[in-house]
Amino acid sequence: MTGWQMLLFKEVLRFWRVAAQTITGPILTALLYLLVFGQALESHVKVYDNVSYTAFLVPGLAMMSLLQNAFANSSSSLVASKVMGNLVFLLLTPLSAWHWFVAYVGAAVVRGLVVGSGVLAVSLIFAVPPLAQPVWALLFAVLGAALMGALGVVAGLWSEKFDQMAAFQNFAVMPMTFLSGVFYSIHSLPPFWQTVSHFNPFFYMIDGFRYGFFGVSDVSPWFSLGVVTVATAGVGLWALLLLRMGYKIRS
Amino acid sequence: MPAISFQSVSKSYPSPRGPQGGTFLALDDVSLAVEEGEFFGLLGPNGAGKTTLITILAGLAKASAGSVSVMGHDVQTDFAAARRALGVVPQELVFDPFFNVREALLFQSGYFGVKNNAAWVDELLDNLGLTDKANANMRALSGGMKRRVLVALALVHKPPVIVLDEPTAGVDVELRQTLWHFIAKLNKQGHTVLLTTHYLEEAEALCGRIAMLKTGKVVALDSTSALLSAASGNVLRCTVDGDLPPDLASLARVTGRVVQLPAKDAGAVEQYLAQIRQAGLQAQDIEIRRPDLEDVFLKVMQQHPGRDDRSPV
Repeated sequence: MTGWQMLLFKEVLRFWRVAAQTITGPILTALLYLLVFGQALESHVKVYDNVSYTAFLVPGLAMMSLLQNAFANSSSSLVASKVMGNLVFLLLTPLSAWHWFVAYVGAAVVRGLVVGSGVLAVSLIFAVPPLAQPVWALLFAVLGAALMGALGVVAGLWSEKFDQMAAFQNFAVMPMTFLSGVFYSIHSLPPFWQTVSHFNPFFYMIDGFRYGFFGVSDVSPWFSLGVVTVATAGVGLWALLLLRMGYKIRS
Repeated sequence: MPAISFQSVSKSYPSPRGPQGGTFLALDDVSLAVEEGEFFGLLGPNGAGKTTLITILAGLAKASAGSVSVMGHDVQTDFAAARRALGVVPQELVFDPFFNVREALLFQSGYFGVKNNAAWVDELLDNLGLTDKANANMRALSGGMKRRVLVALALVHKPPVIVLDEPTAGVDVELRQTLWHFIAKLNKQGHTVLLTTHYLEEAEALCGRIAMLKTGKVVALDSTSALLSAASGNVLRCTVDGDLPPDLASLARVTGRVVQLPAKDAGAVEQYLAQIRQAGLQAQDIEIRRPDLEDVFLKVMQQHPGRDDRSPV
């Protein structure tokens, strides 16, 4: 194993060792959303023809869990290592900024995909959404997890304490994932909020991922792919630049 | 080619105490070289800049000016090669709570690209008395055991240059002996060692050459024997029950009842003993000895009062 591969392996093992907190917990949370919202709204909301509301909800919830957990993985690992002081073991190694980036974002993608797949798997008990375009679904899942993993690197480097990290998560990541069309189609919103939603990059990740299941979406999947690709590249470059600078980790 | 080279290294930090734009000069034009195979001591009072110098060497901080290299590799422009040649034992007792000792060592080997390192990891565990703790979680270890793991982590990639930043601070006698025995063995095998410590008897016993830092500047740099032989006169050591008169107290090293006074000649010894008697005290266990490194250190520090005027600049 080369240096970055070992770091990637260690980062995957880190979340795997506490799977109850990092995998099972988020799956259970998504399941509860599905139960509550599915039961409450099944007979009141119809988004797409021939698709039950619960089935509509499944891909969105899976993607939301995937995005939140990808972010949580890289950000919490970096902040915990900074607060505990053990980041010094990595700082002393010959690993380059690129190696750090690939390992932290790679582990975030793995956790995001594991949690997202887990949510999909347990959701099958309640509804079986079609998988019309699996390649599109996989593409958006990987890109979305990479985007959030890179954003987690940025947040992890920026945060000096756990509460700063929590603020980033609670005031930026959570609202943007919740208001991205997980529980509804943006066509059901008033025009003003439809416009606002178009400025939320999370909307394109959810909408594109859902296209992979139903073959229909609020906006063109190609447009969503463009937005998500540009956002992933932008945030990825930002994270890479901060790592190269040693932002808040080297003085 | 020196194993470690500092050339005109300065480091300044923004100073919260100074006016806008003020800086604190932690290192001021430091130049020194450590040759291959040396056991080199870096001494100085707290805040002298020892750890700053080591953090720059390790790539944890960037010098504001000057250059630093390890085995000829610049620590900034050729950082990967420089870090492969360097093993650093940090001062802080830090650990990763997710993994056990063996896992931590194998991960660290992997980061350096060292494959199939189990045999060397076992040797490290054995030499540092950690074999029975190999599968223990880092959280479960005592402070002394954690310190041993830090040493093992620094050596896992067999670096030719080893840096120990106050490795024996707050550790028991057994660990000190285990550690020094192992480090001395590595030094004999050709590893270069750079040590910072506040235990001057350790530095005197181990280091062939010593640099003393004060307020970010090198104030002494010579072989240990030259530093000791340059110290003129002797030291009067005795025990005294009671407080010394103020004029003697200002000259003395006092540790509990033990008083040590620098004495140029026999006349000075007689004078000190007379002053102690006149103060109504009795000197016991009297001995005259050669100055040790602590005497030299105190003298050097007094010769360079070094008003700490580094902030703001």
